[in-house]
Amino acid sequence: MGEILVLVDHVDGVVRKTTTELLTIARRAGDPVAVFLGSGYDDAARQVLASYGATKVYVADAPELEEFLVAPKAEALAQAATACGAVAVLVTASAEGKEIAARLAVKLGSGVITDATDVAADLTTTQSVFAGGYTVAAQVPSGVAVIAVKPNAATPEPSPSSPAEEKLAVTISDSARRARIVARAPRAATGRPELTEAAIVVSGGRGTGGDFGPVEELADALGGAVGASRAAVDSGWYPHAYQVGQTGKTVSPQLYLAAGISGAIQHRAGMQTSKTIVAVNKDPEAPIFAMADFGVVGDLHTILPQVTAEVRKRKA
Amino acid sequence: MKIVVLVKHVPDATADRTFDPSDNTTDRTGVDGLLSELDEYAVEEALKIVDAGHDSGGVEVIAMTMGPDGASDAVKKALQMGADSGVHVLDDALHGSDALATARVLAAAVGTVGEVDLVLTGMASTDGSMSVVPAMLAEYLDLPHVGFVGELTVSESSVTCRRDGDVASQTVEAALPAIVSVTDQINEPRYPSFKGIMAAKKKPVQTWSLADLGVDAGAVGLDAALSVVREVVKRPERSQGEVVTDEGDGGVRLAEFLAARKFV
Repeated sequence: MGEILVLVDHVDGVVRKTTTELLTIARRAGDPVAVFLGSGYDDAARQVLASYGATKVYVADAPELEEFLVAPKAEALAQAATACGAVAVLVTASAEGKEIAARLAVKLGSGVITDATDVAADLTTTQSVFAGGYTVAAQVPSGVAVIAVKPNAATPEPSPSSPAEEKLAVTISDSARRARIVARAPRAATGRPELTEAAIVVSGGRGTGGDFGPVEELADALGGAVGASRAAVDSGWYPHAYQVGQTGKTVSPQLYLAAGISGAIQHRAGMQTSKTIVAVNKDPEAPIFAMADFGVVGDLHTILPQVTAEVRKRKA
Repeated sequence: MKIVVLVKHVPDATADRTFDPSDNTTDRTGVDGLLSELDEYAVEEALKIVDAGHDSGGVEVIAMTMGPDGASDAVKKALQMGADSGVHVLDDALHGSDALATARVLAAAVGTVGEVDLVLTGMASTDGSMSVVPAMLAEYLDLPHVGFVGELTVSESSVTCRRDGDVASQTVEAALPAIVSVTDQINEPRYPSFKGIMAAKKKPVQTWSLADLGVDAGAVGLDAALSVVREVVKRPERSQGEVVTDEGDGGVRLAEFLAARKFV
């Protein structure tokens, strides 16, 4: 057992759920040490990290962490790993998280594993590869294991602690100050759960004909997130940030409802590991039905509103 | 301006991809391969810079790959699309290399090309799909990197990128030389024209070994990998559940299913 570093995933100080999953996983393998990079560390953040068993919290704030892309965060995290002699570093497998993991692995001369869907006490990881066709068990056999973990890899389990706090004075090199962030436009808030973290995802494809209204209404009735197929995104019907599939997000919710999506390999790669899959499609031959636990052959424009009304009635 | 585009030859995602049971590496011979679809966007973006023609000194596009014999097909496709020349890093010792060794070798190859202004890559390969090699390359080459770029503007001395992040879209600037990885939202890759296919046959492709790059064979390959695949298990096919045809009550029946599974 040793120190397992957890990079806190936060938006302006608000700790995301993925961090509580990482802390839960880290407790299996050793003592979780949280690393909070950037500004916004406050009582609320402290409270979350303490509730999920962080034994120590490193807080590093430097203007470079927000002015420049990725590289300063990787340098700060490497310094934290060295400071506590970490045996492993866990980060969220987001776009940025994977880039941080990549740079950290080079800095520490460590092996890196990405997109882990589970991490065991001996730090053996589970990954789903080749569009969900295979499950792989992997390990970093020596050195500091750098592991990027997918959202929903663990159910967060509280374990209250009183972590020691330490301000980490980090030095950011000139090399890390070369990709300057000159503007930032936050994604418009939808009020829905984050796609990769949601327990329920309702996705629309070509069959929507561009009208995502019925998809959004059903997602809202079920308290789920909205996703889209590549065909729908390429047609300009829904933003790319919501694309599920090989070139978009990979989701693994409790329930995945595909409406007007045929189920090409490109899409299956992003949702095949969902617990329950439900499909609505006009084409009875659509490959999505072969993997669905329940399917309805028909027009989503009449079926989805009926489901929404029925769900609302049952919830009322 | 000299641009290197990294292109990977991958097993066709629509085929039955599998692993070599002897060492748990990706089977690259039993399954038909092709240029990783996501790399086409990087090739196209390089060609758009050529087409824009705002570098008075001209723009040279070099397609670079690392992989076994068949990997040269990825270079060939890039040449057919319009790249000027190719580099194939080919060495038996590379078999089973992890992402770190891959990035180290590609960094050495970019260094060997020399005076490269811009390295363009896809957002991920469609086989390993780790999305780590570009950022590792940035570490090894000590160059700035901007990833997940959905819009790119190149001047003679810098790049301006729209990075499509998870929670925000950022505008990022970096001086050249730089590494930029692009998403599939950035452009619409061209198909090779007949003329392009014919012209590609005459374009030069250099094959480099590890010795040519000055990389120690002991530092790459399966034995040097810092992450190890312990086990590979084929996921059982999902079995098909009940499929009903809507006769006016399809939505109600679907809602009943959701309620039975306690989603409502």
